[in-house]
Amino acid sequence: MHSFGYRGNALLTFAVTILAFMCAIASFSDNFSNQTPSAQIQILNINWFQKQPHGNDEVSLTLNITADLQSLFTWNTKQVFAFVAAEYKTSKNSLNQVSLWDAIIPEKEHAKFWIQISNKYRFIDQGYNLRGKDFNLTLHWHVMPKTGKMFADKIVMSGYRLPDAYR
Amino acid sequence: MGWIGETIDSIKSIQIRQLLTQAISLGMIVTSALIIWKALMCVTGSESPVVVVLSGSMEPGFKRGDILFLHMSKDPIRAGEIVVFNVDGRDIPIVHRVIKVHERENTGDVDVLTKGDNNYGDDRLLYAEGQQWLHRHHIMGRAVGFLPYVGWVTIIMTEKPIIKYILIGALGLLVITSKD
Repeated sequence: MHSFGYRGNALLTFAVTILAFMCAIASFSDNFSNQTPSAQIQILNINWFQKQPHGNDEVSLTLNITADLQSLFTWNTKQVFAFVAAEYKTSKNSLNQVSLWDAIIPEKEHAKFWIQISNKYRFIDQGYNLRGKDFNLTLHWHVMPKTGKMFADKIVMSGYRLPDAYR
Repeated sequence: MGWIGETIDSIKSIQIRQLLTQAISLGMIVTSALIIWKALMCVTGSESPVVVVLSGSMEPGFKRGDILFLHMSKDPIRAGEIVVFNVDGRDIPIVHRVIKVHERENTGDVDVLTKGDNNYGDDRLLYAEGQQWLHRHHIMGRAVGFLPYVGWVTIIMTEKPIIKYILIGALGLLVITSKD
């Protein structure tokens, strides 16, 4: 009952239980943070808009993204993954989501940013339905914790429209 | 003579009883672990409710050796979710993020493209020959939570199987030689 093995076993079990409990509490504390992120996206330019040889439409845009995601960071946050997706509907597909740009924000200081870039990933449709298409640009974010539950949310910005003719 | 025979019999019977008790205790431990695993599979709706991150393609968010808790629901798959999927013909599950979704109007069938955060290009190179999109049946679950470093035990046991054998041997020895 008092051998080294028994004591070692009891100590180890207790340590692991406490550790698991601390991880759970750390994750639970994330529920109490007050989150007020904000963002704005502007389409500066439609660089080109073509129908590919395979028959799918493709468009290249230059975007101006301003965002303040500092309030998402808690003491239990390892990084925030943010990405901008274009969302639209076609006759064949009830929902299309195409990610145009993403970034990993490792620290609170980097979470307030202004960036002007052309789309990192190709905006290609399944078909040729993009002429004159209305679409939303949504900024999604994914808060990845140091331990525990992950949170995700988004801001939807609507009112964007692609030109009626190819360029 | 009868007295010696009696003593020998009583010694033999104690040993058998002890052996049986130990075997049953071991069996109970193994079946409890199995019950917990199957219950987790039921609750999370996924074939493997916990996976270990094996590669560095999702760094710095998930490092090699972290474990992920998965959950699979009937909710539609949306961009940004971190999904675990199997490619036809490969048995190692891959954990990456969904970057493109095209969902059909009536049937709810969906075409999905994934990419690891730390990779330069999307996962089309990892998919099967000629496959451009993932479909719902490839996806085993969504990652909903994670614990760092805990998965190293599994990685070490898979990559150096000798350690697995040593551990099982030591456990077996402990069970046999323990007095209760």
